[in-house]
Amino acid sequence: MTTYPEHFVYTKEHEWVNAAGDLATIGITFHAQHELGDIVYVDLPKIGAHVEQGKTLGSVESVKAVSDIYSPISGEVTEINETLASAPEKLNEDPHGAAWLVKVKMSAPDEIKKLLSAEDYQNYVGAES
Amino acid sequence: MADSELKRTPLHAVHRASGAKMVDFGGWDMPVQYSGLVDEHHTVRRAVGLFDVSHMGEIEISGPDAQKLTEYVTTNNVAKLKHGQAHYSGLLYEHGGFVDDILVHKVADDFYFICVNASNQEKDYEHIEAIRLAKGFDATVEFASDKYAQIAVQGPRALETLQKITPAELAQIKYYWFEEGPVAGIPARIARTGYTGEDGFEVYVEPTQAAHVWKALLEAGAEFGIKPCGLGARNTLRLEAKMALYGHEIHASLNPLEADLAWIVKFDKGDFVGRDALLKVRDSGLKRKLVGYEMTGRGIGRDGYEVSSGGAPAGWVTSGSPGPTVGKNIGLCYLPIAKTEIGQEFQVTVRDQPVDAVVVSTPFYKRSK
Repeated sequence: MTTYPEHFVYTKEHEWVNAAGDLATIGITFHAQHELGDIVYVDLPKIGAHVEQGKTLGSVESVKAVSDIYSPISGEVTEINETLASAPEKLNEDPHGAAWLVKVKMSAPDEIKKLLSAEDYQNYVGAES
Repeated sequence: MADSELKRTPLHAVHRASGAKMVDFGGWDMPVQYSGLVDEHHTVRRAVGLFDVSHMGEIEISGPDAQKLTEYVTTNNVAKLKHGQAHYSGLLYEHGGFVDDILVHKVADDFYFICVNASNQEKDYEHIEAIRLAKGFDATVEFASDKYAQIAVQGPRALETLQKITPAELAQIKYYWFEEGPVAGIPARIARTGYTGEDGFEVYVEPTQAAHVWKALLEAGAEFGIKPCGLGARNTLRLEAKMALYGHEIHASLNPLEADLAWIVKFDKGDFVGRDALLKVRDSGLKRKLVGYEMTGRGIGRDGYEVSSGGAPAGWVTSGSPGPTVGKNIGLCYLPIAKTEIGQEFQVTVRDQPVDAVVVSTPFYKRSK
């Protein structure tokens, strides 16, 4: 049983946010990578790009399908995880850690209040079959 | 579609119990993966994998005119089949498009066993039966899918695996031949056929015995590292081997000549359904053709993506995916005939961006014999 970090918040589209002040680190959840299967390609925005809550941030591809990643919050991309371009499989190995996707300077930090707690997310994916 | 409305194979409970990830595949609740698509793919290339393909349909044609009818409704040369031999063939409409692609097995002069695609089986049966009636062939066409479960054991260790539980001399069965013989004590039809590009067998048994045979194969193959595999790996395996998938490379609006399947069309065998249309296509020249490609730019072509050449629309991807064994992003697509030579560069539209690709020779993967 995977435990979802308590200090993250989550979306129903299976992204996570780790916020510190107005800086947010964003990734996809263990459940997301597990559902996708072997991830072979990650498409991320450029540094400086503006992302908006609920809008497409990028995409991940597994061997069998492409899935959009939706931004859990709004703001400006300050950093992207360059290692994923050459090693997308890290998303399967460490989705809550080393395989974070982007860091974003939030323009509306209150948006994270709308997101799910670890417990709520765990219940959500537990109920989704 | 709710789960309850999906059709199930006799091995459904086995898949569910072993934690396979299930998907709706053409109205069937089927395992898409067990241990993971790439792991299963490599297992089949390097050792042996087990597939439940019981969703596939079976049609039996018997009676005095069985050969004539089979010859007339299919494109390949049935008269050349010997007892115990099978071949790949096409079932066409009069206009030359595909009703289905099929495997024809000659069991006896008056008995042909045809394996067809799951989602086409009712349509195939009706098509053949209608032609039988219209032409007055003295034959019986039986929709026989309920009589068979089908298990594919595929990979370089498939023969050793299956040999442990059958007295049939498997090494004596040549590629695309079959035999009747017990498997795990159960009467079975053992065909040296497959959809993976590897050596292997497809075993047809009575549905109530499927779970028993499945379990026996898993036990027999344990020492070789056998793994149950899902439809995900089946798809990447067949794509690397450039085997067509109905609804993708072929369908009612595509004919075998443009699908690069001219080798299953035997014009000189006499009349068959679709022959006139195909002769016209052949004589007037093909306009488009199926080719294999590799992505040279960063991106993966996927089923249905548009392709362009010189900025103009040129065709579409029929199947596209990373190829786990070839280690490249590969696919099949239709291109205008003038653009189909090896080395031709074109673009696949990936999320609104043209990404470079190049026509390559196929199959992408060929096993060493």
